[in-house]
Amino acid sequence: MKVMKEAIAGTLESSDLLVKVAPSDKGAREIVIQSEVIKQFGKQIKRVVAETLDKLSVSEGSIVIEDKGALDCVIRARVQAAVLRGAGSEETDWGTLS
Amino acid sequence: MKLRRSMLFVPGSNAGALSTAFIYKPDSIMFDLEDAVAQSEKDSARLMVFQALRHPAYQEIETVVRVNELNTQFGLKDLEAAVGGGADIVRLPKTENADEIHDLEARVARIEKACGRAVGDTKLMAAIESASGVVNAVAIATASKRMIAIAIAGFDYLVDMHTRRSNGSEPELFYARAAVLHAARAAHIDAFDVVYGNIDDDEGFLREVAIAKGLGFDGKSLIHPKQVELLHRAYAPTKEEVDHANRVLAAAEAAHRKGLGVVSLDGKMVDPPVIEEAEMVLQRAQSS
Repeated sequence: MKVMKEAIAGTLESSDLLVKVAPSDKGAREIVIQSEVIKQFGKQIKRVVAETLDKLSVSEGSIVIEDKGALDCVIRARVQAAVLRGAGSEETDWGTLS
Repeated sequence: MKLRRSMLFVPGSNAGALSTAFIYKPDSIMFDLEDAVAQSEKDSARLMVFQALRHPAYQEIETVVRVNELNTQFGLKDLEAAVGGGADIVRLPKTENADEIHDLEARVARIEKACGRAVGDTKLMAAIESASGVVNAVAIATASKRMIAIAIAGFDYLVDMHTRRSNGSEPELFYARAAVLHAARAAHIDAFDVVYGNIDDDEGFLREVAIAKGLGFDGKSLIHPKQVELLHRAYAPTKEEVDHANRVLAAAEAAHRKGLGVVSLDGKMVDPPVIEEAEMVLQRAQSS
């Protein structure tokens, strides 16, 4: 899936995260993560974000995340929502989102 | 028998509520994709609910998803997320007639097949929110073997009836409550009373709980976690009721050991409905 335009999903409320995606011409995936719990859960957040992007076959684009202590399930959902919005995708293949 | 006193609404777009709702231990959690979610957030909320349904914390509690009406641009996508995510129950809003349940059932079956769930695994419930729905309540409640409950939703219903809440004995809701409750009992499914919107008014909430419990509703739809414990306490049996239920079951057990079909207790016959009620009393006592 290709990120074609800038898109945002989520909020900056507690237990949520804000995900911004944008196209990139660098031919790679650039991920920036800021989190209030980066010391305790940084590795886990990175792993969940990377796995979610892998399942969506996102190989390039800018992904900026501001986390406010979200559960893994919320991180997955918000990343998926931002990517689907950025790709302009109307259809959802639930099998790739589980 | 599944105890369904409290069905707690959780807006599908609210990450905080979605991450903590299970802590309050309602009997069922209803992830809402309909009225609680802004149109611009329907896609994101749908993904949130799909992912929450798969979270370990929600494997031990009954999950319900309120989808948008199926004739909207959101309804079928919501249904795919709910069934594909593993929701125990799909709640259809604004149900007007049995055909809508038949249509829902057929669509759910197709999604179950496509995603590998056993056909029939997903249960259904209907919310009655109009005069037409109330008039057709029996047909709706009996429309499918998947139906496990029917709920009366007060706000839309009262708008349809050209009236509003009186916050007293609520005569404006009496007919709808009675009709939905009779439909539930005729169909042998559960009945949920309306939500109480003023979360700062515990007294008013408990007054309404007493009305619902007195009529025979199994429980209420709830919009705030603080209402869960209040409701469970109000539905808890008294010590006298628990003592009587224990005596009923002891008498029934003794009769069974002696090979007797029926037995009397305090001059009253102990038959299967009495035993079933005693079991329900003890179940409520243990869960309160």
